Amino acid sequence: MRKVMIGNHALSYGAKISRAQVIPAYPITPQTEVVELLSEMCANGEMDAKFIKVESEHSAMTASIGASATGARVFTATSAQGLALMHEVLHWAVGARTPIVMGNINRAMAPPWTIWTEQTDSLAQRDTGWMQLYAQNSQEVLDSVIQAYKVAEAVQIPAMVILAAFVLSHTSEAVELPEQGKVDEFLPPYEPEYRIDPANPHAFGGLTGPDGYFELRYQIQKAIEDALPKWDEVGAEFGEVFGRKYGLIETYKVEDAKNLIISSATLASTARTAVDTLREKGEKVGLLRIRIFRPFPSAQIRSILSSVDRAVVVDRNISFGASGIFYQEVKAAVYNEKNPPPIFGVIAGIGGRDVTKKDIIDIYEDIMRMDEPKSDIIWKGVRL
Amino acid sequence: MKTEIVKKYLRLDKMPTVWCPGCGHGIIMGSLLRALELRGRSKNDIALVSGIGCSSRTPGYVDVHTLHTTHGRAIAFATGIKMMKPDMSVIVVMGDGDCAAIGGNHFIHAARRNMDITAVVYNNGIYGMTGGQVSPTTPYDAFATTAPYGQMEPPFDIVELALGAGATYVARSSVHNVPKLDELIVKGIKNNGFSVIDVITPCPIAYGRRNKLTADPMKNMQWVKEVTVPRKKAEEMSEEELRGKWITGVFRDVEHVGLVNLYIELEEKLKRAKENKGEEA
Repeated sequence: MRKVMIGNHALSYGAKISRAQVIPAYPITPQTEVVELLSEMCANGEMDAKFIKVESEHSAMTASIGASATGARVFTATSAQGLALMHEVLHWAVGARTPIVMGNINRAMAPPWTIWTEQTDSLAQRDTGWMQLYAQNSQEVLDSVIQAYKVAEAVQIPAMVILAAFVLSHTSEAVELPEQGKVDEFLPPYEPEYRIDPANPHAFGGLTGPDGYFELRYQIQKAIEDALPKWDEVGAEFGEVFGRKYGLIETYKVEDAKNLIISSATLASTARTAVDTLREKGEKVGLLRIRIFRPFPSAQIRSILSSVDRAVVVDRNISFGASGIFYQEVKAAVYNEKNPPPIFGVIAGIGGRDVTKKDIIDIYEDIMRMDEPKSDIIWKGVRL
Repeated sequence: MKTEIVKKYLRLDKMPTVWCPGCGHGIIMGSLLRALELRGRSKNDIALVSGIGCSSRTPGYVDVHTLHTTHGRAIAFATGIKMMKPDMSVIVVMGDGDCAAIGGNHFIHAARRNMDITAVVYNNGIYGMTGGQVSPTTPYDAFATTAPYGQMEPPFDIVELALGAGATYVARSSVHNVPKLDELIVKGIKNNGFSVIDVITPCPIAYGRRNKLTADPMKNMQWVKEVTVPRKKAEEMSEEELRGKWITGVFRDVEHVGLVNLYIELEEKLKRAKENKGEEA
């Protein structure tokens, strides 16, 4: 069944069809519609789930961890300041190995107060151990929630499904709603080995000294590394069942490409149309969209970059004192290669400033005129 | 006189406000402006701090030192200001969500240490800015986008919360009784400790429309009148009659030393001790 919905509701339907059982949530612009629809579906019986109207995002994540520890499938959603407020317990969710799936609407951080899109909120959480998926359209948002549960529960690591504020969160698109029966088959009920169970008591989170903590951290790293092939496997299996295949990365016209534009989320959609126009002009250009940011698909990126002459990463985020975050990670992935191509880093669209197809074409043409990257940041669109 | 106050304290270039027709927040801001004037000191000695929400837009419009801060944390920001600038009047404006949900802990601890801050709570029982989700003061059984079949949790009574936590000036009024509201805010500012003024105010758009009041400002104002009962009258009413009502009046007005003065005393004591030591040497 096809249904017209905004990106936020694609998250809600993703949680519903995945049979989330507990949803602790707090409203924040531009996430609110996600949890409003879920609260409605919990209240009218469409979902067999408990909606907890918590008093802050910190409590939303904390209650999520508690519920997940009982063996429940848990969903929540937030954005920007709310995500930052969760920071302490984002680490906890990973350490406690609770495979929560959370929607995050990418919004720029305050001050000054703002609500428009930028990726710095979620990328600032990159070292917590949460898996991160950047979606480019509402269909992918919905499909990714289902896949995220499958991967997260297999490796016991939580996952964020991330979408751009307003550009995606509030844009209506036709979305194919998968059949519940097929989803149930694809994503069976969550059955963790350890859970809060009166018949089988356990201690959770007890004090652990240097003799034990190190190995637990090693296991988290191993688990998230295991998730790397899992995202591809689950994305391929999803393709077989539902007809829409997904992977760690997505490539467009890279087979004969000499130059590569690398981006993520909705910016990558804009870049795809720019690639078409540039191709018409005779440019041998392709697009690499990074869909899964954590775990980082280094090998896949290396393999694409091994056959190009130069690449430009367009980041809608910034690590102050360094550079664009995807740019850093892409560069790090190819550093040990024999002859890595020069990689240019562009920062664009900060605080939701529009990035148009023409902007991407300009970025491409600008870097084609340069001999080599002279600094880690090429600013696009900043008014000085 | 009134026009002069508006000109003196408002950033007129920021008009009009974002508040919807029938919203009571402008009435509270009006009371606040008159209270600032009645306070009788320079407006440069005032810090007005807010968190997030419709109420928290107030500092954008008021021409004093203003800080628009993070959701629920206005009191914590204000605490830092007051400790370093004890001579300033530090006023926090916040909504019911800011005050009693995400910022509830800051609220009760400011009351416990009797921080010399005045908290004006714009209490409309709903998260208005995000479009009408339940707040900690949403009445029992009321409708909201996150309670489409009625709120099943009981609300917080902000006055009781402030009293229990140790605030030294605690009052409640509504936007239906403006002269009283002016008076309560002035008293709150003048109190040398943590002051709470809980103001019942309507949100026709996010609350009224969902709760049989429609968006009609008059109906919402009438509702404010109906749900607020003066203390004296409340004493003669039964528990059943008082269900769903907010009792108005002054609930506590006492002198009690707060953290700011305790610190000033400590500093003076330490200074004297140092001086004595110097004399001995």
